[in-house]
Amino acid sequence: MNRILKVVFVLVIVRPLVLVLLGLNIRDRTKLPLKGPAIIAANHNSHLDTMVLFSLYPLSRVHKLRPVAAADYFLSNRFLAWFSLNVIGIIPISRTGTTNKEDIFTDCHQALDQGDILILFPEGTRGEPEQTSRLKKGIYYLVKDRSDVQIIPVVTHGLGRALPRGEALFVPFNCDVAIGDALTPVSSSNELIKLLSTSYTYLLENCLTYNKLD
Amino acid sequence: MIANVPEYSFYAMGGVIGVLVVSTIIQFLLPLKNPDKDYSELRQRITSWWWIIGLLFVFLAVGGTAAIVFFAFISFLALKEFISIVPTRQADRNVVFWAYLSIPFQYYWVAIGWYGMFIIFIPVYMFLLFPMRMVLKGETEGFIKAAGILHWSVMLTVFSVSHVAYLLVLPVNNELAGGVGLVLFLLFMTQFNDVSQYVWGKLFGKHKIIPKVSPNKTWEGFLGGLLTITLVAGFVAPYLTPLTQFQGLIAGILISISGFFGDVVISSVKRDLHIKDSGNLLPGHGGILDRMDSLIYTSPLFFHYIYYLHF
Repeated sequence: MNRILKVVFVLVIVRPLVLVLLGLNIRDRTKLPLKGPAIIAANHNSHLDTMVLFSLYPLSRVHKLRPVAAADYFLSNRFLAWFSLNVIGIIPISRTGTTNKEDIFTDCHQALDQGDILILFPEGTRGEPEQTSRLKKGIYYLVKDRSDVQIIPVVTHGLGRALPRGEALFVPFNCDVAIGDALTPVSSSNELIKLLSTSYTYLLENCLTYNKLD
Repeated sequence: MIANVPEYSFYAMGGVIGVLVVSTIIQFLLPLKNPDKDYSELRQRITSWWWIIGLLFVFLAVGGTAAIVFFAFISFLALKEFISIVPTRQADRNVVFWAYLSIPFQYYWVAIGWYGMFIIFIPVYMFLLFPMRMVLKGETEGFIKAAGILHWSVMLTVFSVSHVAYLLVLPVNNELAGGVGLVLFLLFMTQFNDVSQYVWGKLFGKHKIIPKVSPNKTWEGFLGGLLTITLVAGFVAPYLTPLTQFQGLIAGILISISGFFGDVVISSVKRDLHIKDSGNLLPGHGGILDRMDSLIYTSPLFFHYIYYLHF
């Protein structure tokens, strides 16, 4: 990853886009981890999720943010691969299941060891707009042998209206970002998923754009 | 003219800045008197006021297209906020995009002073066009609600607010105030009405007006505000507007009553959605709609009042 490119990208494109064309309602910004090793476990509705999280960090820290992203999608063509690896600084992860279970997280561990903050989307896919898909368990296997990593749940809402999967037209909407308390240590993957979904439900209830009219 | 602003309008701006400076000083002194109390919300509120008034005055002083673009941008922020808190259908993303497109058009009519188009573009053309676009998409589930919500959003945040900008392009009847004077008069009376109703309510409030919508609104606050604004408007109007003193008193009554209703209408929207603020763009205030709620009602009514009397 090229740190200068990433800072310029965040300053010139991400921040103006997020501030003017989106607009954020932020809850508990101070709960965001400024120092790694840490994992942000966010729900996923749009590519904008990552951009919004980038925009919340001081420029001096953005190079520490490493989205864990599907290799089959983000490395699918040369330009996207270059951009994802050098500007966004993704950690590519294989979804095909052919990679050895022990090796799949090698890059993630390496990043955590150097104090990076991983952005992980436990749903694994953007899915249907504004709906949370079933959470996957990978995150548990990533942290189970590490005691140094905090998992911070983050919920965004409204981004699936602004730019949902498969749509090219961007429509401005205010979006919510709610940051939860770090998860308490767990002893099984089911327990972690349960904690995470409870936290998501709670955070979502507090979103201004999540309306309870119907 | 002083610094590109007509004389009386310049003094009015100075007065507002003066009030803000005094509030800022008080805000610094209060924690010294009561060190245990938390004044952070008051501090945020005043800081936000500096931003709002600073930006507004800069754009009003530059004037011309810049000022109109400024109000167009306010409409954009307000529409974005409104459309984000109300339910929208995923199928209507295109129509919402069209709703945003109505903003440059509406303010273009303002900029070229085409009154006829300005006054019917959203109530007639957009009113007919949004459902047309929705029909072409073919989603009938929730159609009525979606069409209603969309048009209402644009009426509140674009049509209403654009009346403030139109005050700037009206022919000048009061040379010493200019179009800026009208805008300052409207904005100041509207915001000062909010403040007076709040203060009178805090001091003497007892009998609630509509407890289900807004438990803090009392008859005492409402009537106290009405009296204050009527008198102040009667005194200020001859300086900042073409209105006579008597017409100014009536303008005060109009602004005070309609401001109250703008406030409670937006409150009802938020109640319905079970939220307290419409956003958090303005720390200490909430969203932009929380600050503009009264203006949505006062601006078209004040506009037509003076338009009928003097233009």
